[in-house]
Amino acid sequence: MHPETHHFSERSKRAAQDKDLQDALEGLATGFVARRKDAIADCAHFEALRNQGRDIRTRTCADLERHLLSFEAKAEQAGSRIHWAETGDDACAIVEKICRDAEAQSIVKGKSMVSEEIGLNAHLEASGYAVVETDLGEYLLQLRGETPSHIIAPAIHLSEHQARATFLKSHDTLNPKRDLGTPETIVGEARALMRDKFLNADVGITGANFLIAETGSAVVVTNEGNGDLSATLPKVHIIVTSLDKVVPTLGETSILLQLLARSATGQAMTAYTTLFTGPRHSTDLDGPDACHIIIVDNGRSDILASDAAEVLNCIRCGACLNHCPIYTTVGGHSYGWVYPGPIGAALNPALLDLASTRDLPDASTLCGRCEEVCPVKIPLPKLLRQWRAKDYARRQTSRKKLAIMAWAWMAKRPTLYALWASVIARALKSRHGAHHTVPLAKGWTTHRDFPASEGQTFQAQWRRAKKKARPS
Amino acid sequence: MKKAPPHVEHHPPHVGLYVTCLVDIMRPSVAFATIKILEAAGCRVSVPDTQTCCGQPAFNSGDLKSARALASTVFNTFEHFDYVVAPSGSCAAMLKVHLPTLFSDSEDKARATRFADRVFELTAFLVHLTGRAQLENAYVGRVAYHDGCSGKRELGLGEGPRQLLQTIDGLELVEIADADACCGFGGTFSVTYPEISNAMVSKKCNALTDAAPDILTGSELGCLMNIAGKLRRSGSPIACRHIAELLAGDTSMPAIGSAKEDR
Repeated sequence: MHPETHHFSERSKRAAQDKDLQDALEGLATGFVARRKDAIADCAHFEALRNQGRDIRTRTCADLERHLLSFEAKAEQAGSRIHWAETGDDACAIVEKICRDAEAQSIVKGKSMVSEEIGLNAHLEASGYAVVETDLGEYLLQLRGETPSHIIAPAIHLSEHQARATFLKSHDTLNPKRDLGTPETIVGEARALMRDKFLNADVGITGANFLIAETGSAVVVTNEGNGDLSATLPKVHIIVTSLDKVVPTLGETSILLQLLARSATGQAMTAYTTLFTGPRHSTDLDGPDACHIIIVDNGRSDILASDAAEVLNCIRCGACLNHCPIYTTVGGHSYGWVYPGPIGAALNPALLDLASTRDLPDASTLCGRCEEVCPVKIPLPKLLRQWRAKDYARRQTSRKKLAIMAWAWMAKRPTLYALWASVIARALKSRHGAHHTVPLAKGWTTHRDFPASEGQTFQAQWRRAKKKARPS
Repeated sequence: MKKAPPHVEHHPPHVGLYVTCLVDIMRPSVAFATIKILEAAGCRVSVPDTQTCCGQPAFNSGDLKSARALASTVFNTFEHFDYVVAPSGSCAAMLKVHLPTLFSDSEDKARATRFADRVFELTAFLVHLTGRAQLENAYVGRVAYHDGCSGKRELGLGEGPRQLLQTIDGLELVEIADADACCGFGGTFSVTYPEISNAMVSKKCNALTDAAPDILTGSELGCLMNIAGKLRRSGSPIACRHIAELLAGDTSMPAIGSAKEDR
């Protein structure tokens, strides 16, 4: 996916005023947020789980190479082939070669954010392969030529009406007068069409939520079962994932799974949680003949060695998006790349570059809800501030930088500061109680009044009051 | 590490009032109310006149050098008090939570941590003093409390502010939906991303309209100015006042964003 993160400013402005988008995003609060709250209320030890989750992720990332090598050994023992890809392009080339060797015609694909990150679909399509997304949301987006706007609910920005219109337009060999009046009929149509794709596919591509070093398994969680069909029906299963997904043991994976489902969708467990351990074994009734696991770095080793390493603790639940007042106002597409919301704002500058992503860490009130709901307690506001500090140091001048410098310069000079404060206090007085416009504050007063000051600073009034109180 | 001084009954604790820039410039009555509350709680209050800014705008904008320089000024001005109290969650969080993170040198860090131990947001301080405040306050009406983000999540104020409000005679506490959602102020955010900020404050005002309190209160003047400005623009009758005004029982000043003749 080609990054367009530098368009955040104008895109978010438009999105904040897009009524349809606002209505669609409203569903997050009543859906994921409310269900997560209930799920956590039912789980007395959730806070303890969060601490364990954070510790597991921190410990594992601190010793990642060892765990990855253990995973590689176990997975190969189970019959999987491990491929290491340093860059996204390397990973795409490996997938393409596997497809060519398998003489693949058609490919089905489960939802994978890493595959979005490396632009896998575009690469395979350019090489002449037909790739079908099998997650309902992803499939809709594929038909519409759009990208995901949420890491677990990719089509959250679309309404039911838009989904219906897309199917009527794209499935043009079906009876145009058919009934698509309910979500069930829309899903039914997708299911029927998808069945053929699964049965005829030569290669199935999925992501992985976790890689278990102890067993060599890749864990895939879905609620639609499309991941399982993509993985087991075609003769070749390709898992595209990144190196931060490794977890040392099965037991630790179970803790992360408990956190993931509750934080993501408010479920105690997703409908399908599958551990894929190698291709079809001799005693298995079905399964692929070959299982390839492509482990993508794409800059993560560098992040691991940096002061932003904690961002790699993320288990991609999307809770920080659902609870972010900015994300739920502007939607995922405003962020301009694969990972939106607070985690995107903290991760994208590291995966891409700060110059083209600098607006993202800035687009936050640092309200802290993201950190409050993060299942592995990633200090997202701290990471956003870190990027701001790096950006501040990097930039020569900007209007904001000059304003901050001027403010700080004055704040270090109490006498001058008091004088300035008095001037401002006097200027902002109004007998109407508030101002309809204030010079240099158009951004504020376009939308709201600016409350008036009392006219004199507290310090000035206090000084006078004390003078008066002193007996003369 | 030197502990914060114990609370000695016979010697009233000496409190340095951290006025905060916004209160100093925009709404001095909040500082007067704060002093009244603190004195009623048996504290001796001083207001250093050389205080300026806690450095929060610089810190949040990534200007760590200025934030550090301002921190030193704060230490020099306030270090000798038993306590430092601010009528603002975000300024208190800057002094209490963030200043210690600014220093890597162990001596500076220790100094910042020692200082942080004495810093309190006003309502947290009143809870800390448990029951010492002898206040004559009464307010007959419906009041909603907006949890400022810094107070709620950086300082962990919890139910303290609401419990204090409930001690006020005649006050009926009402809850607004999503009370701890950010109001969209966020300092420079409100002018850097005005459309997003407006969408956020609009959601807040809709929730307020549904709950229909007479007064919205909170511990953060920035949030209150943001919400009051939006309420006023949309013609809402809901008044906004800082929690110190209600606790001190002094609502003689027109509400935030209102003129005298309004009420």
